[in-house]
Amino acid sequence: MNTEIAILGVGMHPWGKWGKNFVEYGLVAARAALADAGIDWRKVQFVSGAATIRCGYPGYVAGATFAQALGWQGAQVNTSYAACASGSQALAAARSKILSGECEVALVIGADTTPKGFLAPQKGERPDDPDWVRFRVGITNPTYFGLYARRRMGLYGDTQEDFARVKVKNANHGFGNPNARYRKRFSIDEVAASAMVANPLRLMDICATSDGAAALIVSSLDFARRHGRGDAVRIAAISTVAPTFASEILEMPDLATDSAVAAEAHRFRSALPRKAYEEAGIGPADVDVAEVYDLSTALELDWYEDLQFCPRGEAARLVREGVTSLGGRLPVNPSGGLACFGEAVPAQALAQVCELAWQLRGAAGERQVDGAKVGITANQGLFGHGSSVIVKK
Amino acid sequence: MGKSKVAALPGWFSLDGEPHLIGSRCTACGTYYFPVRTMACRNPACGKDDLEQVPLSRTGKLWSFTDACYQPPEPFVAPEPFVPFAIAAVELEHERMTVLGQVTGGIEVSQLRLGMTMEIVLEPLFADEATESLIWKWRPV
Ligand SMILES: [Zn+2]
Repeated sequence: MNTEIAILGVGMHPWGKWGKNFVEYGLVAARAALADAGIDWRKVQFVSGAATIRCGYPGYVAGATFAQALGWQGAQVNTSYAACASGSQALAAARSKILSGECEVALVIGADTTPKGFLAPQKGERPDDPDWVRFRVGITNPTYFGLYARRRMGLYGDTQEDFARVKVKNANHGFGNPNARYRKRFSIDEVAASAMVANPLRLMDICATSDGAAALIVSSLDFARRHGRGDAVRIAAISTVAPTFASEILEMPDLATDSAVAAEAHRFRSALPRKAYEEAGIGPADVDVAEVYDLSTALELDWYEDLQFCPRGEAARLVREGVTSLGGRLPVNPSGGLACFGEAVPAQALAQVCELAWQLRGAAGERQVDGAKVGITANQGLFGHGSSVIVKK
Repeated sequence: MGKSKVAALPGWFSLDGEPHLIGSRCTACGTYYFPVRTMACRNPACGKDDLEQVPLSRTGKLWSFTDACYQPPEPFVAPEPFVPFAIAAVELEHERMTVLGQVTGGIEVSQLRLGMTMEIVLEPLFADEATESLIWKWRPV
């Protein structure tokens, strides 16, 4: 059974801190994706929105909010919330509708407006909510990134300089990306001179939060062919698997892992791409380009191993040797990644797919990965959410 | 007269005797939980409902560590001025689980190494004029 769908159009609103309503960003991204696809908005039969929890009720019903903003035209709407993987779940919902024959063409969209500083929990005293409890104890998101980074240093001999190399690489990649928020090159020394946040990670090792929006127009392969777009890039896999008990690694927002007394410990991050490879019928050796969730520089290195680009413990070598830089064998985060974008939660997983679509079309300009035919994304968020999407020519 | 001492997270650790975390153990499959769990065992191969409250190991091996150089947002209650603190993730060998917590005051990241033995102590998380709210912290043995 063919489970592929076509990406007819992609669009983004540039990342930044623009101080506007998230709906405005979404509109810009949606119109850009529609124009890119050459599809009239009234032809779209399904609007699949990724929710934002920071923008009130319109954010909870993002699919309907965007459908109304573009002008109600009778399409079905849906909204998905899955933390950082919300965009991928919205995309998976659209794929299901398309493959079941319920619709032929869909808009998938996510947008966010974010507050300054640390992402804080919702207000009120809630000792039953692990997210409230960990902030009470003083455990922020960078705490987890710091723990993972220190573990790499202790187990594999990674250095803070290795982590800085990831930032230098991603800053180089994103320098010319018009949708990136931070377009500035950095040296290893500049990263090392930035303030320590969660030892061994510094300010320049950790991604910010941003406003932004990303949208895709996706369709059945048949619809694409009928509209002269038989050559459109395709989505070959969308993995949004949940973790398997017991957890091996401390995950946000928990204060403890599962106990592995009665069940083997599993690494959630590895499970996400494994399922995507299986679904697409390809392996890591087939991948030409990747967009991974570099919430921290060191976390990008974890992803190399979870994506099976190298054996466990060898990721720092890939960045030292330039393998994952533009011009290398397997460029990672040619967009500049979260290092250059900052995180706009419901839009981020879709932004990763947008970048792969541009790369596979050969339309990525100065950040083009030569001859890219297969790309993969990887992302992970709170409460057992994550995704990995494979896009191919 | 000293301040009265209360648990910042009631039921998460003992206030009497040698300090230890309080967890749960599934009587069917032996899986441990922290904090205390009263509902069903989460091991999908088990699914039984009988969980007993148990003390967790007081010591473990340092899995990883970091620190908080900046003041965390609310509901964290910060002293004035904010004092950075180290944070440890400690593997409890018997329970085969890793538990996070602050490191006892005055210990810096430079004094920590992966694999070190760490033990539970109780220290103030925050205080007002009458009450000290205690939390578990990890201290190198
Ligand atoms: Zn059990």
